[in-house]
Amino acid sequence: CLAVPMKIINKDGFSAMVEAGGVSREINLRLLEDAQVGDYVLVHAGFAIEKIDEQEARETLQLMQQIAQLNAEDEVH
Amino acid sequence: MKFIDEFRDGGIAHDLSIKIAATMDRIGRPVSLMEVCGTHTMSIYRHGIKTILPLSIKLLSGPGCPVCVTPNSYLDHAVALARQDTVTIATFGDMLNVPGSSTSLARERAAGRDIRTVYSPLDALTIAKNNPDKKVIFLAVGFETTSPTIAGTILEARDQKVSNFFVSCAHKLIPPAMKLLVEDPDIPIDGFICPAHVSAIIGSQAYEFLAKDYRKPCVITGFEPLDILQGIYMLLEQILIKAPRVEIQYSRVVKQQGNTTALNLIAKVFKKTDAVWRGIGTIPESGLSLAPAYSPFDADDVFRVTGEQEKEHPGCLCGEVIKGKREPETCSLFRTVCTPISPVGPCMVSQEGTCAAHYKYGEG
Repeated sequence: CLAVPMKIINKDGFSAMVEAGGVSREINLRLLEDAQVGDYVLVHAGFAIEKIDEQEARETLQLMQQIAQLNAEDEVH
Repeated sequence: MKFIDEFRDGGIAHDLSIKIAATMDRIGRPVSLMEVCGTHTMSIYRHGIKTILPLSIKLLSGPGCPVCVTPNSYLDHAVALARQDTVTIATFGDMLNVPGSSTSLARERAAGRDIRTVYSPLDALTIAKNNPDKKVIFLAVGFETTSPTIAGTILEARDQKVSNFFVSCAHKLIPPAMKLLVEDPDIPIDGFICPAHVSAIIGSQAYEFLAKDYRKPCVITGFEPLDILQGIYMLLEQILIKAPRVEIQYSRVVKQQGNTTALNLIAKVFKKTDAVWRGIGTIPESGLSLAPAYSPFDADDVFRVTGEQEKEHPGCLCGEVIKGKREPETCSLFRTVCTPISPVGPCMVSQEGTCAAHYKYGEG
């Protein structure tokens, strides 16, 4: 089920070009019709299967850092 | 932000593991968590997650490796299709070496059959367009992450009026298999690390029955190490307060309703059927086959061939490993007769198979 985060760099109907780490390829947007240029999407087997919400990504990381900082009280000796 | 490196920070991993240990102290008993998806299994081993978890947490590998649960009969049927004149088989790479009853697609290719590996079902459609004299059959194996991509490809084939493209469908659905597992008293599951990208399609709603009807905590978890550690921590917090529910750790991608466009495409192009899971048997309503409107693309309708009499290696324990009941190390074939070079069972072949993970990374 691996899917790779890639950025949409241009779009034409169901076809789009995506890029990540200097690699670009053509993908299909039938499963994600409202995706726009500039969106980060998960690409699996040549299709974009979902958008990546950058704000949620930041919040998840912040939550992880908060959880980690709480361990000062619960440190196991 | 690249959405990968940020979720591999060793410092945060260390701190999360301390939090996990503290919560386990409060739970005060061993806990068994099942990671359903084979991609989680591989990530857990690749990143050495088990080495920073308390020994009292047992991680069980579930049936979430599509190659591993594909029955011999499907492989044997694919071989029979490959032996038809003018047929070209297109398949994802990890199906190539899976042993059927007496041969494999790799061996058939070596014997001269036209069998090609593709990254996408769209590539198989391109092969069909470029070879009008050939009948191209795509081996459609995979869960809900993959089945919408085949549905999308069939619509492309229809719109482009490609008549020499076919699909041999063996798609399977994750929730029915999870239901079977929680109903098996011999499999101790305290909570599920739910698949990341299957859930991007089906949404968290699809697991509600597990929390409501079976009192099983569920956390939809990303594949990066910090995602997995946070997912485990969230499961333990649910276990601690005895409040099973479905939570989304992988919120940057997964939504409650999933990808409705993809779900509609699946419902349009496929219909639910009973399906045979290798090592498990038939699970009701756990597979997909092409809906009647798309039968012209259905290789099982168009090509009336039968595979050889199905045989399984008597010593192979993949069926038990797939359900999390046995560890690969307890299989007599593991590391001796069954290796990545000469695999006996599917769990050693697949990139996401439990035996492949144990062989490559040890017990983790």
